[in-house]
This record gives sequence, C-alpha cells and structure tokens, in this order.
Amino acid sequence: MKLAYWMYAGPAHIGTLRVASSFKNVHAIMHAPLGDDYFNVMRSMLERERDFTPVTASIVDRHVLARGSQEKVVDNITRKDKEERPDLIVLTPTCTSSILQEDLQNFVDRASITSNSDVILADVNHYRVNELQAADRTLEQVVRYYLEKARRQGTLDQSITKEPSANIIGIFTLGFHNQHDCRELKRLLQDLNIKVNKVIPEGGSVKDLQDLPKAWFNLVPYREVGLMTAIYLEKKFGMPYISITPMGIVDTAECIRQIQKHVNNLVSDKKFNYEPYIDQQTRFVSQAAWFSRSIDRQNLTGKKAVVFGDATHAASITRILAREMGIRVSCTGTYCKHDAEWFKEQVQGFCDEILITDDHTKVGDMIARIEPSAIFGTQMERHIGKRLDIPCGVISSPVHIQNFPLGYRPFLGYEGTNQIADLVYNSFTLGMEDHLLEIFGGHDTKEVITKSLSTDTDLTWNYESQLELNKIPGFVRGKIKRNTEKFARQNNITDITVEIMYAAKEALSA
Amino acid sequence: MSNKISETLTFECETGNYHTFCPISCVAWLYQKIEDSFFLVVGTKTCGYFLQNALGVMIFAEPRYAMAELEEGDISAQLNDYEELKRLCLQIKKDRNPSVIIWIGTCTTEIIKMDLEGMAPKLENELGIPIVVARANGLDYAFTQGEDTVLAAMAHRCPEQILLGDRKRVIQNSNIQNFFSFLSLEKKEETTNKYFEKSKKNPPLVLFGSLPSTVASQLGSESKRQSIQVSGWLPAQRYTDLPSLGDQVYVCGVNPFLSRTATTLMRRRKCKLIGAPFPIGPDGTRAWIEKICSVFGIETEGLEKREEQIWENLKDYLDLVRGKSVFFMGDNLLEISLARFSIRCGMIVYEIGIPYLDKRYQAAELLFSQNTCKNMSISMPRIVEKPDNYNQIQRMRELQPDLAITGMAHANPLEARGINTKWSVEFTFAQIHGFTNARDVLELVTRPLRRNNNLENLGWSDLTKKEKNKN
Repeated sequence: MKLAYWMYAGPAHIGTLRVASSFKNVHAIMHAPLGDDYFNVMRSMLERERDFTPVTASIVDRHVLARGSQEKVVDNITRKDKEERPDLIVLTPTCTSSILQEDLQNFVDRASITSNSDVILADVNHYRVNELQAADRTLEQVVRYYLEKARRQGTLDQSITKEPSANIIGIFTLGFHNQHDCRELKRLLQDLNIKVNKVIPEGGSVKDLQDLPKAWFNLVPYREVGLMTAIYLEKKFGMPYISITPMGIVDTAECIRQIQKHVNNLVSDKKFNYEPYIDQQTRFVSQAAWFSRSIDRQNLTGKKAVVFGDATHAASITRILAREMGIRVSCTGTYCKHDAEWFKEQVQGFCDEILITDDHTKVGDMIARIEPSAIFGTQMERHIGKRLDIPCGVISSPVHIQNFPLGYRPFLGYEGTNQIADLVYNSFTLGMEDHLLEIFGGHDTKEVITKSLSTDTDLTWNYESQLELNKIPGFVRGKIKRNTEKFARQNNITDITVEIMYAAKEALSA
Repeated sequence: MSNKISETLTFECETGNYHTFCPISCVAWLYQKIEDSFFLVVGTKTCGYFLQNALGVMIFAEPRYAMAELEEGDISAQLNDYEELKRLCLQIKKDRNPSVIIWIGTCTTEIIKMDLEGMAPKLENELGIPIVVARANGLDYAFTQGEDTVLAAMAHRCPEQILLGDRKRVIQNSNIQNFFSFLSLEKKEETTNKYFEKSKKNPPLVLFGSLPSTVASQLGSESKRQSIQVSGWLPAQRYTDLPSLGDQVYVCGVNPFLSRTATTLMRRRKCKLIGAPFPIGPDGTRAWIEKICSVFGIETEGLEKREEQIWENLKDYLDLVRGKSVFFMGDNLLEISLARFSIRCGMIVYEIGIPYLDKRYQAAELLFSQNTCKNMSISMPRIVEKPDNYNQIQRMRELQPDLAITGMAHANPLEARGINTKWSVEFTFAQIHGFTNARDVLELVTRPLRRNNNLENLGWSDLTKKEKNKN
C-alpha cells in the first residue's frame, strides 16, 4: 500500500479510453462498477466536447460479483452495436475487472459473432502499466488488428504514394495542446511539400488504417504515445519513423533534417534540400532565435529554473531553456519512470540534477530546496509554486481546463517556439516584478481605508453574528456584510443578530 | 402508508446504465464538515484519479484525505493488509493527529474481501484513535449514498444517552470516547442541563445529514422559532461532539439519501424516526417543521405566513420558471424533493430519474409530492429508478424539455443539441435547505434560462454537425 494524495499519470484504462474515443466511430465499453465512467466527464468538460463521449460501462454490481458477468457484457456489446453501429468496439478492463479475472476474451469472441462491428479486448494490465503506457499499447493493438485483417482479406496495398507523404502518430484526446500541435505539424509538412497521409488516432477512421503503409515515413511527435505503433510499422513494412520531437528551434531543425534524409532515400531523381527553409524559418518566421539575442533576454541569463513533466515535454523544455535561452536548469525530472533511461540521456549536460519520481511531495521538496526563479511543470507544480511564491509555466499534463485553450497555442514547430518563448519570458518577468514590488513595498502604499459604501458605525454586530460572518468564505464576506447592513438600515435595526443575517438573505431579491 | 403510495404511484426500473459519481466522492464534503477527521480511501489508482479530478482545486489545499493505494502485492495477498494499514495510519497520526480516521472501503476491498471491519477495532486499540469503517463502493451505491454509509457507521459511535431523573447525561462508550470526553464532561453536563431547563417542551431531537454549518444553524433557528430545541446533529462539526443517542431520542433526516442511517438509528440505536418531507424549498421546509411539531404536539406559529413571505421574495424567479418543462436524469437522490419543489413553482416535470428510491424512508416526501401534484392539478410524473441514460436521451429528443438536470458527462453534448442543462452535482454542493436558501435553488435552476435570455436571438443554439447515417 502506498499513501497517495495525487498522481501524475492516471490508471491504465484511461489511456485505452483516450485512444479509443479519439478514433471516429469507435465505441469503448468498460467492464467497471458504477461511477468509473468518470472519463466521460473529463472529456466533456476539459475538451468541451459537443458529442457524447463514445464510452459506456457494462456495470459490475453485486450480482456480477456473485454470478459473474455471464450474458451482461455480451448483451451490452450487441446492444451498442445496434444503437450506434460503430466500426469497432473496444472492451476495456478496469482495476475491478482485473481482479475478477473473468474471461473477457471469451465475451469478445462471442459478441463478435453476432455484431456487425469488430470487437477487441484492450490488452492492458491495470497493475503493471499506467495511462500513457496503456495508450501506447492500445494504439498499437488497434493498428495491428486492422493491418492484419487487411492482409487476411487481401486488401492490403503496400505501394507507397507517388509524392512524399507522412503519417502523424500519437495525437489524441485530452493530450496536452495536441490539437494545436497537430495543426502546426500539418503546416510544417505542407511547407516541406510532404502530404499528410493519416493522422491517428485523433479523428481517424479505423477503416482507413490499412492505408497507413502508403506513407513514406511516420512522424511520432510525442515520446509517450505512438512509438510502439511506429516500431511495429517499421518491423512489418520497413517504414522509417522519426521520433525527434520538433519542440524548440534546434530540435525542430533536427527533425526536419531527419525528414530530409528519409525522403531523399526514397526519391531517385531530384533531392530535397530543406536547409534554406530551416534557415529562413529560424531567423525570420520564428521570433525565438531573435528573441534570445534581444537585450530583454539578457536578464534571464543564469537564472535558475526547475522543470518537471512527462518525458517528452520535460526533456524538450530543459534543452530549450539551457541551450536556446541560457537559463540554468537546476533540476529536471519526469514522472515517466518507465522511460527513465531515455530521459536521462536526453537531458545529460543540460541540467545540474535529474529527478525521476511520481511522488509530488518529492518534487515539492526539491523545489523548496532549490528555490528557483521559475518552475516549468504540471498543474501540481503550479500549485507548489503558488505556495512557495514562485511563478510557474505549465508545460505538461496533468492539466486543468485552462490548459485546453481555445486560441492557437502549439508547443511544436516554429509557431511553438514563439509560444514557448512567451511562456518562459512571462513566467520570469512576473517573478521579477514580484520581487521589485516586495523591495519597494507594493505598488500603492497609500492605505485603503475601507471598501464598504458607508463608514458610519451605527450598527453593532453581536458576538454570534460576527462568528457567523467569519464562517462565510472570504471572497463573498464583504458583500454579505454590506447586504446585511443595508437590510438592517432599511428596517431600522441597529443590532445585527444571526437571524437578521438570514432575514437579509431571504429578503434579497437581486 | 408505503403500500398506499405504491398503489397510486408508478415506478419504473431500467437497466442501471447511468452516469453518476462514485460514492467515495462523499469525502469531499465530509472531510470539510468534520473538522478533526481524516478520510483514508482504501482503493486503487482508479479511485484516486476520480477523486483528484472530481475535487479539482480542493486537492491542493492539503486536504485531510488520502488514498491507501493498493498495489499488486496487496491484491495477491503477498503483503499483510493489517501491517500495511497500520503503517499508513501511524503516518497519518504523526502528520495530522486527527480525532478519527475513517476508512472508506471501495470496490477492490469488497472483491478481495479485505476485512476492514475486523481490522479496525484491533488497530484502533493499538493506535489510540477511533477508526470508523464505511463501505462506500460503486458496486452497491451511487454518489450521495456514500455519505449515508459514513453516517450509518458513525451512528454506532455516538454516545449513549440515558435520561435519569435529574436529566444528567451519562456517556457510555469505548475507552477512547471516555478518554476524550473526560476533560469536557463537566462543561457538557452543564450545557445539557441548561437547555433542558430552557425548553422543557420537546424530548431530545437529533437531526442527521451533513450540511454546511451555516445551513445547519439556519434550520436550528427555524425550529427554535417554533420553540423546538435541536439537541444535536449527526455529523457534528467535530467528531468529538457527536450527539448522544438512545431510545428517548427522536431523529429526523434532512436529506433524501440517508436511508441506511435512518435504519441504523432506528434498529441499532433504538431512536424514534420522524418521517417527514425534506426541508428543500419553502414548501418542503414548512412541511418538515410541521411534521416535527406535530410529533411533539406543538402548534406551529406563523409558519404559513413565513412560507408565503418566502414565495413572495421568489417572485422574479418564479416568473421565469413557470410553465417550463424539466427532465431529471437522476444521479444524486435529491430528485424527488427537487421535482416536488419545481412542480410547486409551476414547472412541468417530464421524468424523475433516480438511482435508488427507498419508498419507506421517502414515504412522507412521496406523499407530499403527490399532494403537490394534486394541488397544482397535474398528474404525478413518472419515476424511473436505475435509469438508462441512452434511453433517457432518446426520450429527451422527443420531449425537448426546457431544462435537463444532468451530470457533467451529458451536459455539454446536450447543450450542443440545443437542450439547456443544469449540472446536477451543484445541487449537492450548494446550500439548498430551509426557507433562507430557497432562492439559491432557483438561482441554480434559472441560470441556464437566464443565460438564454441573453443568447436567444443570436441563432446558434444547435451547434452539432449533422450526423450522417445515424438514426
């Protein structure tokens, strides 16, 4: 047992559901007790989804405990098949069903006989993998299923497209700025005259998965999700993949050079040369390179920062801060313990120390010890920063609704470098301003006497009513006090009791 | 009485495929209510993830709850449950020093049959802190019923009340209880005596249900107006202040989802249950007080006028809701009372979905709802237990209600289809009890309607892409 208040990565089934519900017309059925369909709330609220989340539960209740699920799961699958006519139904085990050890594969086999949809069982072990690992695995499983199906049916066309083309693998729902990143990547590929063959899983149809091998190469922007699929496609179809995250000026250039290499391997006549494009973008389209030179930025030289997040974002941001901005990264870390080796290798030489943990108290202690000028982390680090009075830029999941902005905010590509520069710069200036305010004692040293409308003291609050007033949360207390006093004056009452407070609330009609 | 009701009322029961919160969410409000408590949820990452996301910002305020996260070794019994729990509870004692630790059993502890009830007394002795066990799991319960399981478990911990000739309070309970109350025993006797002298009219009355302290004192002062003294609340602000119970004590519930607690109080603590409608809405509040008064043989004073006054103050909101239709999808068991209040406000209720309906505990509320319907001359709406959300959405497509009261999973998709929604969970967290808060209920109900008054003429209420090849 582990005493836990907060976790960075969710349980395995969340990863599976994120992948399944990212595809078009794929339905997931969770084998879970009542209340475990919390994923629907998250998707509906955080992503502000307009459509019903295609996830339902086959409820595990007392009867199921006593007799097993029996027909229930099969019935639920066939029912969903009739109601929604999805292309694919993914039966998703949860922590509860992994202990029950029912033969879910058997249900899947039975259900797939009667239903028109394809049915598969997500192959994830709740106690062994987390949300991100499960997502990676489920994506690979779905891709493998459809490619093997196509091969069996003889519909698999292995010829590649005439023009250079790419698949983008790993964009999915509830991912950190994934939608914006996807748009930016498409733009980047378009600039390079490369067609986007497929984007999976977000918005993709499982029927089109058999076209994946048509692309010249695969682009896997995030370390966490998509690598397994890319490796599978490489093994099966010899498709090369690029797993350099195009985040920051240097890495974006590196990613483009890799693309150039793979593309030139396949063309015979004319060779592509992207160097002029990289140069143009770096010096004039992205403002980040210029910004690093600008006088403003000198002030950040040698400032201490701490970075924490998922492997992709934490590693990339660390490199950007250290290499492109001259900021001293005192500590960088990730909660992706399963990918620790890769992470260490990536940030080697860019930071003073490395912290691999999924315990937020350890991260908090580290930040308190180092006292950086700014933190770049998840929502948890933002709250740690609030407590310690250190500004924080959010660079990675887990996140809140404000990290699903409506405006265009990619982290990848050349526009991404602008966004990151803003984020970093704003975090630090706010910090500086804060310190200056502290030194000079605040903006406005003239004392504010009162915020209430009148200052006459003809009203007395008795002891109980004062206590009651103090129970009211601070942000509305003033308003309630004013309303009560207004009510008292209107009714010629001078002594305010608890009853008067209630009466004031009742009488309030605005 | 319950038979009579079920003759005239129609209850339907669907598949139970509906969305609701897991009952462990009760820690969110209970840890705030019971100030000296610590809630330990014994479960998996799934439970933790739910709490973390459902409670949003609160999680960062150093809450007095935590997960005892079960790992593979716990599931396969390679680790000793007792030793593991002891280790964690010792740490909690060291860090927070609570007056009580409440273990919340989950689906996983049920399935692996972890004997929490058996381990608690042993560990309690070793640790010197009371440990209360509540099985608030998703296998058996929905959302607010979590509070019911916690309060039912706490009812066992309330001190025994024996009314002697001199009305002296004697506390008989576990060692720990004595240990805690020794210091303040003298003072307590004094106060008990004092208020027995002040109002000799009614026997001890304990109200059960967790309410914010402001709302609790509002209901208290409402009863005081009728010269009824409330002698205690289950739960109290602190665990060490749990009310005394016994066969002389009358109890009355303030929330519709407390049927287990009611049963425990009657059967195990021999209390007398006052079955009343719930004090939600001015009509409910009046009926609630009237019922308590009638049990104690007290004539109510000015109650009718008070109710009228409240309705008078609600006029602007009533004009907004009158004639509007509402559909309760059902997820928190407040639905019957809220529907009854809506009907009294002049709304048309198409359907009352509800996770679970205890017809005996809610008998008075059901009867009151029926009478309300009769008075407003409409027929009683259908009550659907264990609803099926998919079917409900089909029904809603046909009925096109003006307002759907529903969980967050459906709210945005329904809004995108032009159906106004109110998030049901807000009713659980807002102050909705008593005369004083009637306005708050309508504030919630009318919010989407008022928002529409602003957006109405912009012409973009349906915001979905046309669905192809779907029904």
